[in-house]
Amino acid sequence: MTRFEYHKPHTIKEAIGLMESLENAKFIAGGTDVMVLIKRKKIAPAHLISLRNINDFSSIDIGDGLQIGGGVTHSDIVANEFIQKRYSALTDAAGKVGSRQIRNVATVSGNICNAAPSADTACPLLVLDADVKIAGPKGERQIPLDDFFLGAGRVDLGPGEVVTGFHLPPFGLNTGSAYIKHTRRQAMDLPMVGIAVRVTIRIGGSEIGCKDAFCTIDSISNILRRLEDEELRCEDVRIAMGVVAPRPVRTRKAEAALRGKVISEALFEEIAEIAAAEAQPRDSIRGEAWYRREMVKVLTKRAILISVDRVLRPDDMI
Amino acid sequence: MKEMKRYSLTLTVNNETHALVTPPNRTLLEVLRDDLQLTGTKEGCGEGACGYCTVLVDGQPVRSCLTLAVAMEGRKITTIEGLAQGGKLHPIQAAFVEHHAIQCGFCSPGMILTSYALLNNNPTPTEAEIRRAIAGNVCRCTGYAKIVKAVQSLAGEER
Repeated sequence: MTRFEYHKPHTIKEAIGLMESLENAKFIAGGTDVMVLIKRKKIAPAHLISLRNINDFSSIDIGDGLQIGGGVTHSDIVANEFIQKRYSALTDAAGKVGSRQIRNVATVSGNICNAAPSADTACPLLVLDADVKIAGPKGERQIPLDDFFLGAGRVDLGPGEVVTGFHLPPFGLNTGSAYIKHTRRQAMDLPMVGIAVRVTIRIGGSEIGCKDAFCTIDSISNILRRLEDEELRCEDVRIAMGVVAPRPVRTRKAEAALRGKVISEALFEEIAEIAAAEAQPRDSIRGEAWYRREMVKVLTKRAILISVDRVLRPDDMI
Repeated sequence: MKEMKRYSLTLTVNNETHALVTPPNRTLLEVLRDDLQLTGTKEGCGEGACGYCTVLVDGQPVRSCLTLAVAMEGRKITTIEGLAQGGKLHPIQAAFVEHHAIQCGFCSPGMILTSYALLNNNPTPTEAEIRRAIAGNVCRCTGYAKIVKAVQSLAGEER
């Protein structure tokens, strides 16, 4: 392995100071991407600045939405019941990254900073309106995740800057979200398409409560048909797609076409068509472009249905 | 190139502490095998895909091939050598033998440690939960059915 020095700062300030003073230095957290790059000789840093020992870096805090620390691992996300209930898309994604062994050390910040078009946590964080918290030599700043991605493997981080976590706004009980990772095999694979959806629903202006009709094992399609007269309205929606562009992207045309409308399965099909038309997938080793586009259509509709289902039939209601 | 700085490091492996001096560019896997002669931990792909190098850090399975030894100060490491007590196989090891879940044996240390962590966390896993837990451990002999059976045989038993 290439030679490097190893540094273990205990504060972000110290970490940034090291990054400023050292030549050819790289931050390392879980190391599951950085170590592979070093072993493959893709990078040869002279210094590794570990973020493993930063104090209070791995906390998940509830209040004014959700604060996810920079050192939070995928396993930390999966284990958090509040995230599972209120930010379900993120749980869906975090539980599907790599293997158990990888998820135990790989951080969400690392997944985002690596900025692969296939990064599983990117689409959920996009639809959950996450802000990226950044610290650097010139102080702290917070920007929407959508502005953070600049291209494949490129993010808006200046010299010496480091991601210190994420802030997600609060969502009510009438919001549901989902992420679907489409892979060739069930485990240890990158997605050939990833779709995340968040919807906020309103029933005739009133809050949604438990109705006997929801507490069944019926399909969500049937339940939607039964509720046709209720005029369930989509108050707000986000749809994000992975692996269909150089970076994870939102499909704004599809979102606009759904926002404010009375929802139905037929409408979701139209929305899915729009998303598929907006996708720009390429032929690659994991799947051909035509197939990926077709799957964007299938999975967008499915992810919307799951999100709606999670509003109408939350787990603790059944 | 100038001489690399060496780091003093205290590693706790299988409840024993070891004082080591090592350059920083060595993985936990290398230190376990080459410095501590704990060769039960195997190297397969070397980049986190196969699961052969799995060890437990504070009870959780991780890839020792992607873990820098210098990052492990103060952590509790368990390798396959740490499971048997007083010359007696751990029940999971015994179950693997009993159910013929070991063929060439190369994946076994990682499989057993991953299963050990699963059972500690969830003493009564379903078949699906077992399969999901060991999804990051490849068995190139493809003896998965017997491995799952071995773990299933322990589901609900006292360990």
